[in-house]
This record gives sequence, C-alpha cells and structure tokens, in this order.
Amino acid sequence: MADYKDIQKNITPYDDKTYGTMIPGPFQRFLRTCKIWQFIRFIIINLKMLAVVSKSHH
Amino acid sequence: MARIVVLGAGVSGHTAATFAKHWLGDKHEVVVVSPNSKWNWIPSNIWVGVGEMSPEDVVFELAPVYKKAGIDFKQAKAVSIHPEGKEGSDRPFVTVEYTDPNKKGETEEVEYDYLINATGPKLNFAATPGLGPDEGNSLSVCTYLHAAEANTHFQNAIERMKKGEKVKFLIGTGHGMCTCQGAAFEYIFNIEHELREAGVRDKAEIKWISNEQFLGDFGVAGLHIKWGGHIVSSKVLAESLFAERGVDWITGAHVKEVQKGKLQYELLDGTEGEETFDFAMLIPPFSGVGLKAYDKAGNDITDKVFMPNGFMKVDADYTPKPFEEWKASDWPKYYQNPDYANMFAVGIAFAPPHPISKPAKSVNGTPITPAPPRTGMPSGIIGKTVARTVCDVIEGKYSLEEVKEKGHHASMAEMGAACVASTGKSIWNGSAVALTVYPVVPDYDRFPGTGRDPEYTFGEIGLAGHWIKHILHYMFMWKAQLKPGWTLIPE
Ligand SMILES: Cc1cc2nc3c(=O)[nH]c(=O)nc-3n(C[C@H](O)[C@H](O)[C@H](O)COP(=O)(O)OP(=O)(O)OC[C@H]3O[C@@H](n4cnc5c(N)ncnc54)[C@H](O)[C@@H]3O)c2cc1C
Repeated sequence: MADYKDIQKNITPYDDKTYGTMIPGPFQRFLRTCKIWQFIRFIIINLKMLAVVSKSHH
Repeated sequence: MARIVVLGAGVSGHTAATFAKHWLGDKHEVVVVSPNSKWNWIPSNIWVGVGEMSPEDVVFELAPVYKKAGIDFKQAKAVSIHPEGKEGSDRPFVTVEYTDPNKKGETEEVEYDYLINATGPKLNFAATPGLGPDEGNSLSVCTYLHAAEANTHFQNAIERMKKGEKVKFLIGTGHGMCTCQGAAFEYIFNIEHELREAGVRDKAEIKWISNEQFLGDFGVAGLHIKWGGHIVSSKVLAESLFAERGVDWITGAHVKEVQKGKLQYELLDGTEGEETFDFAMLIPPFSGVGLKAYDKAGNDITDKVFMPNGFMKVDADYTPKPFEEWKASDWPKYYQNPDYANMFAVGIAFAPPHPISKPAKSVNGTPITPAPPRTGMPSGIIGKTVARTVCDVIEGKYSLEEVKEKGHHASMAEMGAACVASTGKSIWNGSAVALTVYPVVPDYDRFPGTGRDPEYTFGEIGLAGHWIKHILHYMFMWKAQLKPGWTLIPE
C-alpha cells in the first residue's frame, strides 16, 4: 500500500493547482482495487446506472 | 409499403435502423446508407490507442448483419437531401455516392417516406492549421484507424523511454470549440497507466490541454456529486485525479496552430503560449458532415434545413439567448425538422440550441467554449425513440403533424447519461471513473444550484468501473450484431 509520504510528493506549496485539491490517501486507494469492495460497488453502480437508464426513456 | 432511410450506421443510426426493422418486420422497408463497411464501437478506440485492443476487436462487417435483419444496406455517403422531390415527382429523395469498392463513385437517388439523419460528426481537423494525423503533427483516437496509428507512435515512445529518453505527452483538445473532452480524458489516463505498467512513468512528462473553463467541465458545465458527506464539484474530483497521477494541465485554451513537435495556443485571459511535445493526441472540433439540401426547383435550401455548423435543425428553440436565459425546454424532444415533418436528425447530427457549458471568449474575442457533447447513451436513446415514433406513424397510431403531442420524446434535459471513463485497462488493477448524470442538460429550475438531481448524479473511481467498461464493450458489440437477446440490452 502506498503511504502518505509517497502520495504527497505531487503537491507543491502555494501552487494553485495541486495545493488546492484533495488527493486520496492509502486506504482510499486500497479500496479502489480491493476486489471484495469493488464487487459490491460493481453491483451498486450497475443498479444506479439502470435506474438512470429507466428514467431516460419516455 | 413505407420506406425509412437512415443516413449513418453509427451508434444512433444503427440503433434506429435495427429497432425500426425489428418493429416493422417485412411489411415496410428500412434502408441504411453509410460510407464505412464496418461498425465501430468507438469508446473502445481508446484501448486500441494504447495497444490493449486491436482494431479488429472493435469493429465488425455491417453487410452480413443487415442482410440477416432484412435491412437494405448501401455502402455510400449521402451527398444531398431533396425533401420536396424534383420536377415531375413529389417523392423526397437523397442523393448518395457509393464508397462500396464494387460501385465506387456511382451515384443514386434513394427515395424515402421518412428520413432519419444520423450522420454524426465530421472530424474538422482543418479548423486548426496543422492539426491531425493527415498533417502528421498530432494524433487522434476518433476512428479505429487513427487509434491504431496513435498506438504505433505510443509503442515507439515506450521503446525510446526504455532506452532512457524523456518523452513529453500532450493530450486534449485541438481547438477552442471542441467537444468530446471525455475521450481525451480517458486517453491521457490510459497513457499514464500503461507507462506505469511498462515501468517508464518516470521518463514521461504528461500534460493536458483543453478548452474547458475548468478541469472537469466536460462540455456539460461540470457536475456535482455526493462524496463523503459533501456535494463536490467535478472540478475538485478531476483536479484530484490529475494531481494524484502527476499530470499537469492547461485549461481555457484555444489551440491556434500545430506544428512538428510544438503548438501555439491562446488562453481566456488573452495570453499566448507555446507547448512542445513528442507525442500529441488532440481531439478535433466537430461539425456536420456537409450535406446539402435542395427544393423541388433545385434551389439550394441548405441554410433552411441545417444550422451554419452543418447540423440539422430540429424542434429546438434556436433563438439566440444569453446563458442566464437558457431553459431546459430549449432542447429538442422529438428531433423532427420544423419544415419537413418526415425528416428527423438523431445523435450528433441534430443541431443543439446552444452549448451546455457557459460560453466564454478570450479578451481578444476568440470563443473558447466546449461544444455540447452527445455521448453514446443519449445518441442511442434518441435513435431508438425516433425510430419508435416513426414506426407509430407508419402503423397509423398518429400522423406526422401529431408527433409533437403524441410522439415519444427524449430531450437531453429530461434524460440521464451513464459514462464510464477508463483510467487504465487491467482486470485486477485497472480502474475507471463511473459516472451518471441526470439530466444531461442541467435544469436549474428543477434543481436549483447544480441543475442536476443529486440522487441520480454520482461518480466514483475504481476497479468496478473498469469491469463495467469492459462488459459494456462486449455487450454493445453483441447487441450491434443483433445476436440473441439483443433487444433486451438497454441503450
Ligand atoms: C474516442 C472516443 C471515445 C468515446 N467514448 C465514449 C464513451 O465512453 N461513452 C459514450 O457514451 N460516448 C463516447 N464517445 C462518444 C460516442 O462515440 C458518440 O456519442 C456516438 O458515436 C455518437 O453517435 P452518432 O450515431 O451520432 O455518430 P457516429 O457513431 O459517429 O455515427 C455516424 C455515422 O454516420 C456515418 N456518416 C458520416 N457521413 C455520412 C454521410 N455523408 N452519409 C451517410 N453516413 C455518413 C459514419 O460513417 C457513421 O457510421 C466517444 C467518442 C470518441 C471519439
């Protein structure tokens, strides 16, 4: 798992781009590729997308 | 027997033609006119552009599919529309020029009762001097052949980096009036992912250049989603991803000229700049494909049927208005031409009433505003909706004059879109941004502030999005080939 030290290297003090945003930490990054969590998200995202599809046909 | 002629066999036209034939059966004729022999699942061109798929993976031959379906396919390009017919005949027709190698250059007049124009965009590289693969200065992923060419350059770049060379990648939009930022966004993050996989990320400088006023505008005025107990703008989310992956960006840029290894641009604040690059993939602006229209006497009525940008006029409110006065109701619902009721335009081919993003000009007066995107899902839904309406008219459920009261409607202001933007193709460590937005065109009256319904507008990054993107590829290739159960796959 990447650590914060590695993650914060892309931030430059007072840079109006990188200093003003949020960068995901190690746990967030882990969740993005965690197979079990992503399988759950897969089901949820599919259901949400189907809901949007069904709202779009008139 | 009625005849529907569909111009274009892309996402919108193919959907319209196949559903119309499915609903009408052999009692009526469906003719498709399209210049390419192959159908292309365009979203996967991104993966062709980084060598993760081959061009053959993203296309199939149209002729056998149409033969099986009973659709008459003419491999030809439409040149002109004659909605009043010609002297001696009231039957409207389209003039087509064959691109089929067996009949190349031959022309034909194809008569129609109902016309569905689904000709999509012309890739208008000529709008920016030096832009595009033909000029040889920048690359594109808009067609599978362009994407394959981009991949050849990409693989060369990786080889150079493996030998220790530094390579600079510049990805984005090649003009102030471009749309389709999403495709460039997907490409830049697939490049970034592939370079990491190849172990050469440290040798690459990767930079984004785009006409968006802010990162994450995407031509839809950005969007807001619920995230960790907050309502967060796509600006923050996009900047987060760029910063996380070490990708720099320039926004509000109109690319003025592209030369070998460098380009010149103008920013909203009027400053001019130059960027050098080893590898540039820049999306061109889109226009209509350049169809002409003539009245019965042969007079040119192109201006009556099409907007100056070449897209066909439909039932939108085209009155020029300032951004503050834009309404959801300006957007077309039935896609019917106001002058010729039997003519419809779907997908990218219809003229939108105005951009979705707030218009902006540089201090020098150069317009720098993303044009409105009409992505795959709206294009598919609109194609199917119009096909349903035309079939209803053919079946006598209502007349063409009654379409606006009784027809099926699909306004982009009452329709959502699901978008999955790949940020790295790998079954186990790939990822994608999975987004839904509802409605596509913000309705600030219904949803004050953000213009969108927070229940149906969401997004997240992860492996699940990659799985969905991958499954969509196979699902839509299956559906477009009319394989068993194709009608059950939603568009
Ligand atoms: C690289 C890339 C990636 C994309 N990724 C996504 C994505 O992930 N998700 C998404 O929702 N959307 C995506 N899009 C957008 C999506 O591809 C378009 O929204 C969709 O293709 C539009 O459908 P269409 O039918 O209007 O146009 P097209 O699909 O472009 O079809 C137009 C058709 O008209 C034909 N034609 C052209 N000229 C003529 C003529 N004179 N006569 C007859 N036929 C003609 C063309 O050959 C083609 O068959 C992407 C676009 C690009 C370029």
